[in-house]
Amino acid sequence: MSNYPQIRSFGDTGFSVEFGEGIDRAVNAQVMALHAALGEAKLPGVVETIPSFRALLVQYDPLNASRAELESQVRAMLAGLKASLRTGRLWRLPVCYAPDLAPDLADVAERCKLSPDAVIATHTAGRYFVYMLGFMPGLAYMGGLDASLHLPRRKEPRLKVPQGSVAIAESMTTIYPWESPGGWHLIGRTPLRLFDAGRSEPILLAAGDEVTYAAISADDYAAMLNRVEQGTFDYAALQVKP
Amino acid sequence: MTAAGFLDIVTPGLMTSVQDLGRFGAQALGMPVAGATDPIALRLLNRLVGNPENTAALEIGYLGPGFTVAADSVRVAFGGVAKLTLQPADGSDARGLKPWRSVLLKRGDRLTIGAIEDASVACLAVQGGFAIPLFMGSHSTYMRSGLGGFEGRALRAGDRLPLKLNAAPEGEERELADSIDYGSGPIRVVLGPQDDRFTPKGIETFLSATYTVTKEADRMGLRLDGEVVEHTRGADIASEGLVTGSIQIPGNGKPIILMADRQTTGGYTKIATVISADLPRVGRMKPGDMLSFRAISVAEAEAIRREQEKQVRRLIEGVRTALPDVWLDHNALYTVNLISGAVDAPSGHWK
Repeated sequence: MSNYPQIRSFGDTGFSVEFGEGIDRAVNAQVMALHAALGEAKLPGVVETIPSFRALLVQYDPLNASRAELESQVRAMLAGLKASLRTGRLWRLPVCYAPDLAPDLADVAERCKLSPDAVIATHTAGRYFVYMLGFMPGLAYMGGLDASLHLPRRKEPRLKVPQGSVAIAESMTTIYPWESPGGWHLIGRTPLRLFDAGRSEPILLAAGDEVTYAAISADDYAAMLNRVEQGTFDYAALQVKP
Repeated sequence: MTAAGFLDIVTPGLMTSVQDLGRFGAQALGMPVAGATDPIALRLLNRLVGNPENTAALEIGYLGPGFTVAADSVRVAFGGVAKLTLQPADGSDARGLKPWRSVLLKRGDRLTIGAIEDASVACLAVQGGFAIPLFMGSHSTYMRSGLGGFEGRALRAGDRLPLKLNAAPEGEERELADSIDYGSGPIRVVLGPQDDRFTPKGIETFLSATYTVTKEADRMGLRLDGEVVEHTRGADIASEGLVTGSIQIPGNGKPIILMADRQTTGGYTKIATVISADLPRVGRMKPGDMLSFRAISVAEAEAIRREQEKQVRRLIEGVRTALPDVWLDHNALYTVNLISGAVDAPSGHWK
């Protein structure tokens, strides 16, 4: 008999439903299914739900619901939960891997015993899954990096990673939505803004989405960056039919 | 349409930011909640100036701002222990003001709020709130990403903070009849979500030791110093969602209580969660303050919160018309020369 799902206490404003161990698509699919089901159900007192690799955090208002009642409602939902591996949108995001935008590309290639071109080919061949967002607004943890590119994080994190940096660490890839400190390896840059306060939906990616990368030239990068900065870039066009 | 009114910030204070009750609904996208450290004070002060409880106000950290009114009039209410000095535009003597009482300020009046003496934070509400855009459903400032509030940051000298109302409606001033009871004794927590990642000795240490709030205490969280809490096997977990009040124990074994500006997710073991009723009290703590923890059940925590909410409702219902401003009378009496200073009227300084 499986030990999961397990319910864990976050005081009188939350509890989590944990579906399994580690970073696993099937486990995460259950997280996303409960996230979607609770989003639909709009149970009184539920404030919002936060999906992560293997657990869903249910935040509630103790003035409008009780843990006992919500927990039993959630347990009832778990019985009928239908998890699907594909629930989100599919994106094709442009990345420029030119050396001046990819400060760690040569180092990553050397450590993985590959040529820089092979690193790029491997990175663009992947189809990545957004397990969760966190760390900063709009930062997506995308799993599915090819095992030939797995490296631990940098021993010395950078104090300033440029906005739009495309990075890898362990089994994950990400794009920095902001200039920020960061310890991942920077292998390219996108002209896109993963977070743009001026957009009607400021945060581009959501948990459950899938992402592929398309290599672009430095000229294309400059042209797209210009459109992004002018506010004329059509983000919807980046979504592709699965 | 009336001309826009502003508060012209003369001195910004140490950490003054626009906050409401927080930004909910986008934590799944990594967007932190932010919002008032002391939501009870925010709600009560809003009621004193006739606002809905969630109206954005100024949260003041450690040292208050000073501002000049650049509007026909503005009604404000301050909650906290600090010296409030009003320098009237008409040239009359500066006088002190009471907290927890609304006051009508006129164009050119300057209000200066001194050091916050009882807590790390205090709050100032203004009638009508501020004319700033909503960001993702809230006026709260999330300073680490420069989002929301007034330009996404703490106030600076020279800022012109736009007001919704250029003139406050005439009306009686209101005051709070009783003070807020933030509670005392150990901070109450519910164990979990990762209490199974600590040794029995670690749990016992956490629930018996006295901890001190370090200098690393801000809107994001409070790092505590004190006895080390022992893990069973490391301090890292797969990143997962957090709540305000989550108590992380990183590798060094020293607790960190996460507050309003916390990130949405984290990868450290969490031994316990501060109950929601004790969050305002924790948020008000300053470096050097001591605290200990006591574990209770979820059901007890919910009952305590509901009881606290009844207290807040009683305070709101008890808001009453303020007694006439004795300091204004003092001034008026001198002006009309009725008593020729024969009576020693009360001083304007409440403290």
